[in-house]
Amino acid sequence: MANGTIAVPKKAAEPDFYHVRTKHTGIWSWLLTTDHKRIGLMYLSAMTFFFLAAMTLGVLMRLEMLTPGETIMTAQTYNSFFTLHGVIMIFLFIIPGIGAVFGNFILPIQLGAKDVQFPKLNLMSWYLYMIGGILALFSLFIGTGIADTGWTFYAPYSIRTTTNVSISVFAAFILGFSSILTGLNFLTTIHRLRCPGMTWFRMPLFVWAIYATAWIQVLATPIIGITLLLVILERAFGIGVFDPTLGGDPLLYQHLFWIYSHPAVYIMILPAMGVVSEIIPTFAKKPIFGYVPIAISSLAIALVGYLVWGHHMFSSGISDTSRVIFSLLTFIVALPSGIKVFNWVATLYKGSIEVTAPMLYTLLFIFIFSIGGLTGLTLGALNTDLHLTDTYYVVAHFHYVMFGGMGLIFFASIHYWFPKFYGKMYNEKVAKIAAYWIAIGFNTLYFPMFIMGYLGMPRRYYDYLPEYQIWHVISTVGSWILVSGILIMVFNLVKGIRSGKPTTANPWGGTTLEWTVPSPPPLENFDVIPTVTTGPYDHTKLHQQLRKEYKDQQKTEEGKN
Amino acid sequence: MRPSIINEVDVTFWIINGISILLLLLITAAMLYFVFKYSKKRNPVPENIEGNTTIEVIWTIVPIIIVLYMFYISWAGFVNMRDVPKDAMVVKVTGQMWKWTFEYDNQKKSDTLNLPHNKNVKFEITSQDVLHSFYLPQFRVKEDAVPGAQNYFWIRTAELGTFYATCAEYCGLNHSFMYAPINVIPEDQYEIWKNIMPADTTKQDSAMVTPVTTSDTAGVKTDSLNSGAKKDSVTKETPASDIKQTDTLKK
Ligand code: HEM
Ligand SMILES: [Cu+2]
Ligand SMILES: [Cu+2]
Repeated sequence: MANGTIAVPKKAAEPDFYHVRTKHTGIWSWLLTTDHKRIGLMYLSAMTFFFLAAMTLGVLMRLEMLTPGETIMTAQTYNSFFTLHGVIMIFLFIIPGIGAVFGNFILPIQLGAKDVQFPKLNLMSWYLYMIGGILALFSLFIGTGIADTGWTFYAPYSIRTTTNVSISVFAAFILGFSSILTGLNFLTTIHRLRCPGMTWFRMPLFVWAIYATAWIQVLATPIIGITLLLVILERAFGIGVFDPTLGGDPLLYQHLFWIYSHPAVYIMILPAMGVVSEIIPTFAKKPIFGYVPIAISSLAIALVGYLVWGHHMFSSGISDTSRVIFSLLTFIVALPSGIKVFNWVATLYKGSIEVTAPMLYTLLFIFIFSIGGLTGLTLGALNTDLHLTDTYYVVAHFHYVMFGGMGLIFFASIHYWFPKFYGKMYNEKVAKIAAYWIAIGFNTLYFPMFIMGYLGMPRRYYDYLPEYQIWHVISTVGSWILVSGILIMVFNLVKGIRSGKPTTANPWGGTTLEWTVPSPPPLENFDVIPTVTTGPYDHTKLHQQLRKEYKDQQKTEEGKN
Repeated sequence: MRPSIINEVDVTFWIINGISILLLLLITAAMLYFVFKYSKKRNPVPENIEGNTTIEVIWTIVPIIIVLYMFYISWAGFVNMRDVPKDAMVVKVTGQMWKWTFEYDNQKKSDTLNLPHNKNVKFEITSQDVLHSFYLPQFRVKEDAVPGAQNYFWIRTAELGTFYATCAEYCGLNHSFMYAPINVIPEDQYEIWKNIMPADTTKQDSAMVTPVTTSDTAGVKTDSLNSGAKKDSVTKETPASDIKQTDTLKK
């Protein structure tokens, strides 16, 4: 039962959004839809495909690293694999990720709205996403072979290599527009479509996180857009912005790239943090610890995230003064993220905790993401970074924060909102086994990379000295464990979609508005737009009920004695 | 005597990571304890706690102090790294796809880096083509080789032995094969080598350098992280053999 909202009168048997009659039927009811829920699901299917493709590339790369020298592929293939793997994972999975799927499906309902502010623009963003994604994959099959620059496209190598860099860069450029338009849509939706009573500080923290993210998407993405366009122009016409032989400056490229790409790491992680702030109160059955500080810190992170891009360039030859400033700021900016972790753990204190599948993923996230965040400190530190940067230490660090952070929470989100999406339930036991399996595989795969990195193994290396082999072997075995865990998870979810047990509107006892509507929701979510009278995590009614149940139970036990 | 850069990097690394491990254990232990102690079974009725200003102030202030301390120790090490001793000899390093060239103060060039023992050495690093990064894992330092610009760092050759340089900024096909051996030899031997060495012992066509298989990466010491040379490896590889090694590179 939802608390804190006036009960929503439900008409009987209104068809859900899958079954309602719309203008178009069949495949067109999807491809021409403007329903935020369908668009969210279309992102989910496309993203699942891209993720599995990039995961396959990752596993093949790990197989190559099993032995020194050639194992299964040539150096050129390896170089294009890590490029494509990086491009897909960054631009098609983690940057859009949680916002495009769960932001689209859940955010309007959490606000008490019927859809986003600009539904048609929303569909267009999905098409831009698909065009960008297909272009990125397409570069595999045409022209001079897939880009071999790494996902960072550093000049002047990206200017000079003969591979299909322009296509990959153009794909990223188009994906940027998709991101900007999605951000714009969420911003206006949050400003204009909040239901009566939904004041700013009654918004769920997921909405706050998407709000902060959307500002970064709108303000930072144009920078990468113009930068990528300049790379294309430089390749085509030799305009000489980045290539020193043409009078350009390679460091200018790095500055422009990271002025976007550092804030972009917050595009990746903030929505995930928002989801964590939803899941933990639901399964601890109490309000989040420190609602206002968490909400404000999302905005603060979005703002100061702009000031630390230089920590990606400590070895590039930027001045000593700027290195010192960037390092200091990096340490300061790390704080709000760390404090959020404290808030989540504190929320567990004196809760009544139920470790369901989504909660299990979330708890594993707290452990893994903490490792990722804490190892970032040695990369923000001035002297240790000069040893560790561009080694496997960095590869380990960013997989821990990005995959362990956003990736695991993406999995948690699917398990959390699955009943709302499909009106059915997956097998909880299998989901939990998969979660443990993924966590074991994850750490076996990536932890050895910290050790290798500290021992001096550079990243983006096709070949390596025999002394590193032991760590590579462990890591590769880890990739097999991880992938089997992911496959178990995917099969379990697919089976749940097909033949899962029907579920109710609010199977978890969540307190936000999406749990007041049926699962799956009707086309326009609400028959009557709700009115909100309390904060998002108001558990008072639930607590009263639990207290009463507890007393009744004690009475019956006393009676027995 | 300046403090050793290698030592400073390692100490900073373990201080920061030591504190981090403590924090991680703390967070994880608290989380597991709460999940256990306040499980639905053991604690059916939750308490309504929405926040606590005191504890929130504490867990803001304490981490600020911790990270400022971390910043401070890494900054102190960094200052030492960037402040090149006045007596340092200079070696010019040029990266290109896919090899390193070293130019000594007598304008001689070589693709093996021979260095006198117990000296401060400053590297002036640049690139002929794309970005590279001149990385000396055993000395815990790197700096990018940027075309059209010059970067630097310095090391002290405190130990005799064979080490290696490699490339840490992705630079294309043979990025993972850009090893260059570093021989730290007694100073008198170094002088002899420098004086008898032909003006240019580098291989001309770098693109033709066949990717070395890792097992015989010309003189690369494979137990790379024992930064000090093992004493026996010093006796095994006499400076004379190092000179011969450079000669063979000429062919
Ligand atoms: C699913 C299992 C995965 C495996 C086995 C895997 C493996 C790898 C490997 C082997 C590399 C190349 C390291 C190197 O040579 O330097 C790499 C790079 C990378 N991975 Fe993954 N990865 C996986 C998942 C992910 C995920 C989920 C993300 C993003 C959330 C991600 C993002 C990246 C990025 C950005 C790079 C850098 C690419 C570059 O250097 O340009 N990976 N990964
Ligand atoms: Cu950054
Ligand atoms: Cu390189």
